[in-house]
Amino acid sequence: MIEVRGLGVTFGHGANAFRAVSDLSFNVARGESFGLVGESGSGKTTVLRAIAGLIPGVYGQLTVAGETLGQKRSKRFRHLVQMVFQDPFGSLHPRHTVDQILSEPARIHRMDAIKDRVVRALEEVGLDSSFRFRYPHQISGGQRQRIAVARALIIEPDIVLLDEPTSALDVSVQAEVLNLLNRMKREHGLTYMLVSHDLAVVSHMCDRLVVMQHGRLVETLSVEQLRNFTPEHPYTQQLLRASEGYDRAAVETLEDDL
Amino acid sequence: MPQTSTAVTLPDAGLRSWLLSDAPDSAFQARCQRFYLAWLIFQRNPIAMIGLLITLGLVLVAIFAPWLTRSSGLVPELMNRLQPASSEHWFGTDELGRDIFDRIVWGSRITLYIVGLVGIIVVPIGLVVGTVAGYVGGFVDNLLMRITDIFLAFPRLILALALMAALGPSLENAVLAIAVTTWSPYARIARAEALTIRHSEFIMAAQMQGASTAGILFRHVMPLCISSVIVRLTLDMAGIILTAAGLGFLGLGAQPPTPEWGAMISTGRQFLLDQWWVPTVPGIAIFVVSLGFNLLGDGLRDVLDPKSGE
Amino acid sequence: MSEAPILSVADLHVTFPTPKGDVQAVRGVSFDLGREKLGIVGESGSGKSQTGRAILGLTGGRGVVRARRMEFDGIDLRQASAQTLRAVRGNRISMIMQDPKYSLNPVISVGSQIEEAYLVHTRASKGEARERTMEMLKAVRIRNPARVYHAYPHEVSGGMGQRIMIAMMMIPEPDIIIADEPTSALDVTVQMQVLAILDDMVTQRGMALIFISHDLNLVASFCDRVLIMYAGQVMEVRAAHDLHNAEHPYTRGLLGCLPRIDAHGDTLAVMERDPAWADLR
Repeated sequence: MIEVRGLGVTFGHGANAFRAVSDLSFNVARGESFGLVGESGSGKTTVLRAIAGLIPGVYGQLTVAGETLGQKRSKRFRHLVQMVFQDPFGSLHPRHTVDQILSEPARIHRMDAIKDRVVRALEEVGLDSSFRFRYPHQISGGQRQRIAVARALIIEPDIVLLDEPTSALDVSVQAEVLNLLNRMKREHGLTYMLVSHDLAVVSHMCDRLVVMQHGRLVETLSVEQLRNFTPEHPYTQQLLRASEGYDRAAVETLEDDL
Repeated sequence: MPQTSTAVTLPDAGLRSWLLSDAPDSAFQARCQRFYLAWLIFQRNPIAMIGLLITLGLVLVAIFAPWLTRSSGLVPELMNRLQPASSEHWFGTDELGRDIFDRIVWGSRITLYIVGLVGIIVVPIGLVVGTVAGYVGGFVDNLLMRITDIFLAFPRLILALALMAALGPSLENAVLAIAVTTWSPYARIARAEALTIRHSEFIMAAQMQGASTAGILFRHVMPLCISSVIVRLTLDMAGIILTAAGLGFLGLGAQPPTPEWGAMISTGRQFLLDQWWVPTVPGIAIFVVSLGFNLLGDGLRDVLDPKSGE
Repeated sequence: MSEAPILSVADLHVTFPTPKGDVQAVRGVSFDLGREKLGIVGESGSGKSQTGRAILGLTGGRGVVRARRMEFDGIDLRQASAQTLRAVRGNRISMIMQDPKYSLNPVISVGSQIEEAYLVHTRASKGEARERTMEMLKAVRIRNPARVYHAYPHEVSGGMGQRIMIAMMMIPEPDIIIADEPTSALDVTVQMQVLAILDDMVTQRGMALIFISHDLNLVASFCDRVLIMYAGQVMEVRAAHDLHNAEHPYTRGLLGCLPRIDAHGDTLAVMERDPAWADLR
């Protein structure tokens, strides 16, 4: 479904040029949940945005649903691929009502019966129609993310890119949103690419994952390897150890970040 | 998110609970609610309320001018020239015997006409130029900003004079001249806002959906730039009124016998010592209205400042 | 507790007026703090941050703070004059916040800021202050203190920024440190390193630490005791090692809905919120 070959992303020009991603290659099969894991600066979000066509400075070969991607994304791509962003406060326009936020993609893709689709989309993500005319600041973070999911799914895409969709949410709300995402995937036969720094979330959601550091691929592994704590690369092992909670002795084994 | 607020007993008035309800039923209700909450914040500020009252006063005086005046203020009555304030003429009469109160009231229409017309011209132009420059960036940004800089470089009055010389003195040309020299800062403000917004995730979401650049500018970027621009306009109004008055004072702009306040000061200034009311009353009118707009603008800024939002 | 608590809070209330009515952020929170690491855990809106701020008088806005008791080492923090509070704040009770970017002055070098923090509360010479600053930078395990001394906040990474904050807050040797989500903005490996520094500081210098966080696992593994907050109230207090035996359904719910690396399963347990939890106890 998604083929990435030699992906690189450079920010800035000349002397200020910064290689955010270098020489990345991986595949995502149809119907798979694929994870990208790494710490800040690893380039994982950049990879997602590169595939989404939201940033310049991208080189390498990207093929999505059989279409080789160029500089601009086609209408077909914009129908097939949608994205859910990290910040529930920032991904919804502060001056648009929920109704406007959900109607817009449907309108752009010239769908019919938009009002019905909006109501149905809200129901699917577990919100009733009383939410239709609220503004983002009148609803909670978890509810905003549900609306972000509804917005991504209203035009019935095949692939959803998820950029840390629950990092900014409370733990109890995170559980609800992750359950929602899994249910949507099952019911609509979606393919997911999930970026996260949280190994527990990735372990719960994904089938396979790649670990990134400083813009490079460190390791590709299956979720079983993660769950059994048997990755191969020492960096992945370090991440796993740090995810387990605070352990004074274990800290000594971590590489210093200075 | 767990509710931490105590149960709030809303007042029974149907309208108030409609305006404060958490689940609006229509886009109209949602918009009304937003304005109502903004109003609640605005009316907490007494100085802003004074500004609003003055501005409203100006508008009402302009609307009800025919009922507030006894004459058109245009016909000379030389028997009555330079009379001081009396029960017959509340502000006295000017050098041609015309009732000054009536002229001030009729002049309010001209003042409103000037600020309204200038506003209608500069706000859209500034918004469009600024948001396009800020959002698109690169060469387009450079080009538009250099054009903006060129207009910004001209001193307002001098350019107005030059335009008057070319087009001939009239109220409409004065408005045009003021607009031409006023729009640049609005483009700058809109551009600054657009630059901050441009990398927001909701913009990225719109791009993901395949929205056109025009669509994004019009539906996503401009609505967020408009508050700053409006605040700037209200604060600028004082300056616009004064520039118009200045042009009127120089005999450009509104031509006699039109009761434009600046022109009234000009023609009355020779009487300042003995019949002080002739140039002073229009001067006070200009002062009060400028102050009103300034105070209103300050109040609006406090309301529309995103930092004070919920 | 064998010795008298260094901080004693009873029935703390923090209320904010809004156009739609009063919002009670903290409703009757009570706890005692000894020379230990006390974690305060809660989700957003639980009132945990406002509790920390109320202790230091940093409530801000139009918030109103009431308490039956708020005593630090014999000082009544409720009635304290502005002068007393200033002498306490930063000197005997310090606060570390989430993002060093917002707490450090961007136009002053790091070293100068730390020195200033020292000189505000002590009558030391510039030379002494500089020595102390270098000591603190070494104590927070910064390998090249001389270089970092002259650096500006934007030139250092997030993890280093937090270490600098810790150095700044620790230099007057406070009795209590209130850390409000000090590691939430950091990568997980850096988090561990910063926590190790805090840990060492507490054990070596006999300080008390209030650790405010939304991360239950982290707090359970790092702190000695844990306070669970919900809707402005304390739901449960437990020793950290005993947290898995928690009794209150909210705590159990919170523990249950966390995803685990080694777990299988399509659905995470979702917390059923009992409206009775929000009732005033």
